[in-house]
Amino acid sequence: MTTTAVSSAALGARLRERDLTAAPAALNLLESTTPDAREQTAQLLAELSPAALGGEAPGHVVGVTGPPGVGKSTLLSALLAAWRGAERTVAMLAVDPSSRRSGGALLGDRARVEFDPSDAGTFIRSTAAGSRLGGLAPATRSAADALAVAFDVVVIETVGVGQGETDVADAADTVAVVVQPGSGDTLQFLKSGIMEIPDVVVVTKADLGTLAQRTLRDVRASLRSLGSTSTRALAVSAAPPPRGIDELVRALDEHREAIDVGERRRRARRRAALADFTLEFGERGVRALGGRPQLERWVADQDPALDIATLAMRLGERALLELGEGGRPQ
Amino acid sequence: MSSDGAPPHRLPERDRPWMMRTYAGHSTAKASNELYRRNLAKGQTGLSVAFDLPTQTGYDSDHELSRGEVGKVGVPVAHRGHMATLMDGIPMDQMNTSMTINATAAWLLALYIVVAEEQGVAPEQLQGTTQNDIIKEFLARGTYAFPPAPSMRLIADMIAYTVEHVPKWNPINVCSYHLQEAGATPVQEIAYAMSTAIAVLDAVRERVPQETMGAVFGRISFFVNAGVRFVQEHAKLRAMSILWDELGRDRYDVEDERQRRFRFGVQVNSLGLTESQPENNVQRIVLEALAVTLGRNARARAIQLPAWNEALGLPRPWDQQWSLRIQQVLAYETDLLEYPDLFEGSKVMDGLVDELLDGARAEMAVVAEQGGAVEAVPYMKAALVDSHRERIRRIEAGEQIVVGQNRFTETEASPLTADAEGGILVVDPNVEREEIEALERWRAERDEGAVRSALQELELLARAEGNLMEPTLAAARAGATTGEWAATLREVFGSYRAPTGVGEAAGAGSDEDLEELREEVERLTAQLGRRPKMLVGKPGLDGHSNGAEQIAVRARDVGMDVVYEGIRLTPDQIAASALQEGVHLIGLSILSGSHRELIPAVMQALHERGVETPVVVGGIIPDQDVAPLLQAGVARVYTPKDFELNRIMHDLVELVAHPAGGNGHAVAPTPALPSA
Repeated sequence: MTTTAVSSAALGARLRERDLTAAPAALNLLESTTPDAREQTAQLLAELSPAALGGEAPGHVVGVTGPPGVGKSTLLSALLAAWRGAERTVAMLAVDPSSRRSGGALLGDRARVEFDPSDAGTFIRSTAAGSRLGGLAPATRSAADALAVAFDVVVIETVGVGQGETDVADAADTVAVVVQPGSGDTLQFLKSGIMEIPDVVVVTKADLGTLAQRTLRDVRASLRSLGSTSTRALAVSAAPPPRGIDELVRALDEHREAIDVGERRRRARRRAALADFTLEFGERGVRALGGRPQLERWVADQDPALDIATLAMRLGERALLELGEGGRPQ
Repeated sequence: MSSDGAPPHRLPERDRPWMMRTYAGHSTAKASNELYRRNLAKGQTGLSVAFDLPTQTGYDSDHELSRGEVGKVGVPVAHRGHMATLMDGIPMDQMNTSMTINATAAWLLALYIVVAEEQGVAPEQLQGTTQNDIIKEFLARGTYAFPPAPSMRLIADMIAYTVEHVPKWNPINVCSYHLQEAGATPVQEIAYAMSTAIAVLDAVRERVPQETMGAVFGRISFFVNAGVRFVQEHAKLRAMSILWDELGRDRYDVEDERQRRFRFGVQVNSLGLTESQPENNVQRIVLEALAVTLGRNARARAIQLPAWNEALGLPRPWDQQWSLRIQQVLAYETDLLEYPDLFEGSKVMDGLVDELLDGARAEMAVVAEQGGAVEAVPYMKAALVDSHRERIRRIEAGEQIVVGQNRFTETEASPLTADAEGGILVVDPNVEREEIEALERWRAERDEGAVRSALQELELLARAEGNLMEPTLAAARAGATTGEWAATLREVFGSYRAPTGVGEAAGAGSDEDLEELREEVERLTAQLGRRPKMLVGKPGLDGHSNGAEQIAVRARDVGMDVVYEGIRLTPDQIAASALQEGVHLIGLSILSGSHRELIPAVMQALHERGVETPVVVGGIIPDQDVAPLLQAGVARVYTPKDFELNRIMHDLVELVAHPAGGNGHAVAPTPALPSA
């Protein structure tokens, strides 16, 4: 372990100065759940909140998700190379599922994604999703927020298709769903509405030719039938010689330019704060504060620049006022 | 059988013995050539060349990844000059040479052909084998260089070329050997080897006319393993010969029965050889040799036996001589070769064969369903990791008895390991520097323009279509090096990392043994504020990842988060990962003997980044190397005699909880060996 007790204020300052070497220590802190670390985490996130920054963090948070075996790692290897080639710094948060029986996890992305280990502008952190549903590790969202202060691009990679990417959608500015040629499952999920409509759909293995093109047409048809006009769908071949990667990079950038990043992140922060509060206090806490619609209105009235932890903390304080000390979660 | 009037239980004349080889090579081409000549003088009848890991993975001695690996597990061969030295004084028209070479097989065969030309020997006269089975490299052995598709192209090109120009050569040895070393059950061994052969033959079929397929089929040979359950192992060989015959007849329309004959060479099992009471390995090797010779209908064409001390370190020439003598006693002193097949009509043998055939056919169907062996690599890899995990569990639980390791462990001190070096070969540490200097001289003295243009031709053809053997031969003649040939193709084909299998491996079969450890890990999680996180990886070029995989899977099963980095890591890469991932512990595995150079380099790289994470090392680490590693800052060293993974896990938890506590040579893993 490399924690040489760093103060959260100093870490926050280093990230604000875009000192990429602060990333490992910041993540060690954000992932830790000791009472002391949680207090420091709250401080660090406050240091990096839009309120402290005077605006949203500049980094582009990109979610990349898709079922196992569709070629996410190969795609990410090609994307990393393209971003680094354009001198954009990249942080990647790779989330793998945890074993339900042991709680442990095998984190294999570091071995799967190709990158230059000597490059100071690439940071990769593997995390386990833990027992949490929704595909993200407990600290992934705050980690993405913190890293977006210092890095140009922050990628969140998760496995799964279906309900897994709701969390990613809340943590990322742009969500790309990866499918491989001939994958009917994903299209079914998309059509039936189990899956939220992604911002970008990437069909991999375009070197397979007609099969990839047919899948791309099917994806586009499904998107049209759902009435989505903004989602871009494109086919790439990440294996050498790479094809379509530059177009994908452009599509991701164009999506971010087209949206109101501040508004998307504000809404996401509010949803996340509510979710965190609910996780901690349960439905009892929600009822104590007047029910969900009431809570949503209250959160929407708060300072839009507040970070998730502060919002959730304020909700908790209010709940304790209503419930008394007996309402404090275990 | 009895046309000469011999009774049905006797052969009219004694069979000729199989070809006897020793897997050998170390330090330099010159030193290896001397070893080969001595071995041939002792009655060895063929050569089996062990190349060092840089040569096997397509790097020259001066590449960053070659550090510590030059001349270790085999001989470095970078150019035709090295090959000429290696074969100096050995008549290539008479020799039968087996080369354990895969990703760079086309290149090494080209060097062999070119040097034969220099000796005045035509390609048609050459006899031997290139291993050339890339799928098992992805699955078990790790010395691949290119992605699957171009790797298969190289193999098919070689087969198409040799069938025409080097007709007595076996261009590929489909290997079930390494699958067993990686934990395969007999059924998996048969099924995955046969599926690999199908993938290769299907690829060749696209390149040659149908009338050549018989010749192609007839040149495919196998490289098989045999474990100590020698009766079943013999049945396995009989089952394989039946399947192979069927495959030739039904799938490839091979009409000539002789071309459908199952031809195989053998190296017997290293996985079951123990570090504790290593003299017991001699008995194991003898019994395994019986498995592949006992029945005439499924007898090996060529045999090489491991040495008794492989689990301790690199065997010396004397150790290898002992194994050669085992073969010679079996062939020349016993009456084994005087009889027809011993098992014909045996109910036991037929029953065992049928069991294996049923299992293998079912498993082959699963692989076929996935689209064949190439597409099924992730599936097969995960299945092997699973089987190996089960094997280790059985040994740990005492369900599978290993004499001297988990039973009958009381022992007298062994005089065999009493010498200063612990009874193993130690490669001169100056070899690497001298090789690099010699390589620089070679490059300075050759015609650089000719090399450049030959490599350019190679690149052009690689980007287009056509057989790559011709430009490979031209580059060999021009004096290009192994690293240059491979780098040219890497540029075109891209590089590749094989699936690790650990992520897909199922959870522990029985949770009972793990409960206590899981509680320990939960307490540690509470203490740390996050789940203990461990980095597991293999520095250097050694691809034998079984031990590292089992440690990773068990650590996950007791509740740790494990970053599995896989193989071929540089010290800088390990240090950068440890820092970025914020791990509490680093576990490194090395089986190639390069720990003396690589581990201190890792410690240095960690130090430079300010990472103070404890490091544990597992692998084939000779006793005398333990103290220097501990001095370099390593917290624990585990060797094959530390077979109880749970004890290691307990140790690791302690280490994270109290990083400053205890320092020493502890108990534990890596049941795999750097052999063939």
